[in-house]
Amino acid sequence: MKAHIFVTLKQGVLDPQGSTVQRSLQQMGYAAVQSVRIGKFMEVELAGTDREAAAAHVDEMCRKLFVNPNIEEYRFELR
Amino acid sequence: MPRLSVAVVVFPGSNCDYDCFWAVTQFPHCRVQYVWHKDANPGRFDVIILPGGFSYGDYLRCGALARFSPVMQAIVDHARQGRPLLGICNGFQILCEAGLLPGALYRNNSLTFICEHVYVRAETTASVFTRACTPGQVLNLPIAHGEGQYFADDATLRQLEDGRQIAFRYCARDGAAGAQANPNGSRDNIAGIFNAAKNVLGMMPHPERAMDARLGSCDGQLIFQGMLAAVRA
Repeated sequence: MKAHIFVTLKQGVLDPQGSTVQRSLQQMGYAAVQSVRIGKFMEVELAGTDREAAAAHVDEMCRKLFVNPNIEEYRFELR
Repeated sequence: MPRLSVAVVVFPGSNCDYDCFWAVTQFPHCRVQYVWHKDANPGRFDVIILPGGFSYGDYLRCGALARFSPVMQAIVDHARQGRPLLGICNGFQILCEAGLLPGALYRNNSLTFICEHVYVRAETTASVFTRACTPGQVLNLPIAHGEGQYFADDATLRQLEDGRQIAFRYCARDGAAGAQANPNGSRDNIAGIFNAAKNVLGMMPHPERAMDARLGSCDGQLIFQGMLAAVRA
């Protein structure tokens, strides 16, 4: 079973990397780009088939390690 | 008088450990040793220092993995018992990740690694670390970091203010605080903070690199003097 975890900066936290990339995109001609926020993607492979247990564990992993709750939020999907 | 015992904790990737060790040797009444991050029972110390560097390669987030090193429980206990704990740069990041200090450090707003001397103002002298300073004293200290932007939400910032927990703010040479003197975008120009009890200090600038006028500043001596003046209880 795979967990796909997406970690993003919270709204209200400055994302200088995102703003810089946005400026580059605009310079490239993509005038419609209004904002860019850059986050992280983690792919975690888990043994077992119990989706509920896996979801609980992945959620714990996010809260304990993958995410700094001061500045980040997260969501994940199990496949 | 028995000597003050000081530990400099070394994580894989720490690189300011030697300078911290050397800084403490300038005080003959102290005895200092390195403690490797895997040591879960390092013993009792009067003072602990978490040095700067790139522990665990800054993987995931700066300090995010170091906070789970075996030595960390002893460090948490030391802090809970009210003994001085100083986290410098990566050490500050580790303290925030470990929840020993509030808030977080992340990428500088310039997106560049900044290596230069800056000025910081001691906001309060009511701590062992700043007791050798005068109120509002301006210190010239070097910074060397890519992820020193301090962030805390509004409620946390208010708490820090109310608890007089802001230790240092970036400022101009004359002590005036302001965005132009802030090298990395830290909220409220914060360069260092205390925990509520003021026995834990995290700071981004490097006092251990400001111990000798030949290296640009000896203002770091004030912080070590204050911290190491404690008499063993």
